[in-house]
Amino acid sequence: MKNGRAFWLFVGPFAAGLLVFVYVPIGWSVLLSFFEARNTVTPSEFVGLRNYADMLTDRPFLASLGTFSVFAAFIVPLTFVLALALALLVNQISFMQAFFRSVFFLPTACSYVVASLVWKLSIFNGVRFGLANTVLGWFGAEPVAWTVSTSPPWYWLVLVTLRLWLQLGFYMILFIAGLQRIPRHLYEAAWIDGASRGWQTLRYITMPQLRTTSVAVLLLLLIAAYQAFDEFYNVLGTDRGYPPFARPPLIYLYYTALGSGGQDFGHGSAGAVLLTLLIAGVTLAQGRVITR
Amino acid sequence: MISRRRLLSLAGASALLAACGSNTGRGGDAQALKQWYHAYGEPGVQQAVERYAQAYSKTPVDVQWNPGDYDSKLATSLLSDGGPDVFESTTQVSSVRAGQLVPLDDVLGDARSDFTRSILETHTVDGKVYGIPQAVDMQMLFYRKSMLAAAGVQPPSTVDELVDAARRLTRDGVKGLFAGNDGGGGVLGGPALWSAGLDYVRDHQVGFDDPLAAQAIGKLRDLYAGGGLLLGAVKDWAEPDAFTQGLVAMQWTGLWAVPAVREALGDDFGVLPFPKLGDGGAPSVPVGAFGAMVNAKSKKVDEAKEFVRWLWVERTDYQEDFNLGYGFHIPPRESLARKTEKLTTGPAADAVKFVRDNAKASNPPDWTSVMRTAFNDAVSRVVRDGAPADQELRGAAEKVRDELKRLYG
Repeated sequence: MKNGRAFWLFVGPFAAGLLVFVYVPIGWSVLLSFFEARNTVTPSEFVGLRNYADMLTDRPFLASLGTFSVFAAFIVPLTFVLALALALLVNQISFMQAFFRSVFFLPTACSYVVASLVWKLSIFNGVRFGLANTVLGWFGAEPVAWTVSTSPPWYWLVLVTLRLWLQLGFYMILFIAGLQRIPRHLYEAAWIDGASRGWQTLRYITMPQLRTTSVAVLLLLLIAAYQAFDEFYNVLGTDRGYPPFARPPLIYLYYTALGSGGQDFGHGSAGAVLLTLLIAGVTLAQGRVITR
Repeated sequence: MISRRRLLSLAGASALLAACGSNTGRGGDAQALKQWYHAYGEPGVQQAVERYAQAYSKTPVDVQWNPGDYDSKLATSLLSDGGPDVFESTTQVSSVRAGQLVPLDDVLGDARSDFTRSILETHTVDGKVYGIPQAVDMQMLFYRKSMLAAAGVQPPSTVDELVDAARRLTRDGVKGLFAGNDGGGGVLGGPALWSAGLDYVRDHQVGFDDPLAAQAIGKLRDLYAGGGLLLGAVKDWAEPDAFTQGLVAMQWTGLWAVPAVREALGDDFGVLPFPKLGDGGAPSVPVGAFGAMVNAKSKKVDEAKEFVRWLWVERTDYQEDFNLGYGFHIPPRESLARKTEKLTTGPAADAVKFVRDNAKASNPPDWTSVMRTAFNDAVSRVVRDGAPADQELRGAAEKVRDELKRLYG
């Protein structure tokens, strides 16, 4: 009995917060998706699956899902490989390991908004004295409008480098934790059996031992890719709205549900549910493929 | 480990911070009217509006200053019972249909004829006025006289001349024109339509389903592809920095920038409306005004209306102070705009004239965010990707037509 009270004392506030700020809004959002809910969150007109049908035939929404599947297909393996490489390197060195670990991890502590503004306004701004353009200028190249030009789409360079800088360190730490759990004697046994120190041990010992870590990292990366919002909104968004390219699904839904002049919670919620189903589907499929 | 005393002092500090949120010295008065403003950038406005509220004797008024994404915050609060009684915003047909706003025609009374008609129209839905205009903002083209003279370029009076000028003024590291970091599609989409004698929406019908629209938007593509546009500036079009720093010879920005431009460049600048496309069109300037509105969910609608009448109709001295004491706006009452000294000379006088002769609503009530997104997406694809204008605009027109059908049947 006493134990029970302690349990609720510690878990209660957190559970209550979770219930009020997460589960109730999710439930409400699912409810709203079946209603005509413009400028109201207490709608009365039930429309069944119409909002879903609308969203599934809405070209910009489908385009945003398509774009972000491609984005995920690039950013997920790229971050995965680079984070793993970084973890292997940092884990190998015998001096100042804590220092390098911290240095690579530090950007994780930086706010997405702040980093976006640094990237947009200082490194990749389009005027001739921007950092990237100054460097180009040394080689006699014309200034590039990094975040504006669509052909070639330089904004992907800005967005991908930004995301890599921000999240590499975090996944590196996950991999290092995974690496340090691999028992030394496995490697020693392998060496005695004549395995070479580089590729063979990586392929037959390190990677299989990292499987659970890898699955977790891939899962987190994939969800993060579909949930992209902050850096896109801050780098490409202007006070006139968001351009029709590189528009993450969440940004499109944000403008649908909360855009000034036409709050459409029905369609916004339907889109959010569809996005959730997509993420769940892709995640399950990925889990199947990897753990098989 | 945080000691108890430290914890208490922290709690005290956050209580203090919370008290600063709506600082009128009357916090928490249940009888008071709640009035919301977005955060104006100019120093002194917050103190000014609090002073006005305190001078009102009939009902106590709590002013809340809202930094950040004001539109979203306001829209969400209007759905609940916790919203403000009086607030500033633009009138949207969707919020009128949702029954969120109180008609204010009786508040306007005899003063109606003194308010600039084009401005009042931006707050009118189905013949009823829902917002009392507080301050008129307008956008126009600024040009550097000395740079145009050096390049032998005349101030453009047609769109073709503008495209040509932007190209010819691009030299020695200076670009011809800055019209926003999105390449001009965002702010110039509307003016391009007006330049051809078209509009967003006209009599509840799509206003740009016309071959001329494709031609007009195509000119924006020419402007972009001509290489004369500054892109990716540190501050966007609303700030005059690119212009005052000499990065461009012309910039599209607003009347609010006049004091900063004059300080930096003296008399070396002039202003123009967006030029006409051809003989069928006309020069234009986008105008808009935040209006004072009354929340229909308010429990003190009558008190709120009386306060709005007092502040924005009766007290013309406050209107003048609000418009010209801090930033640079045009008072919506024509009698005030005419006699204000700051607005009778130089570029500011030109701006007043443009508003009288060439005003177009930058954000008409029946131009909803769905329509705006569809139109802006189309323009952006034409301007930045070179997509075929007629096809893109036809797609946008279809979406706008669906939305209009939903609104008006």
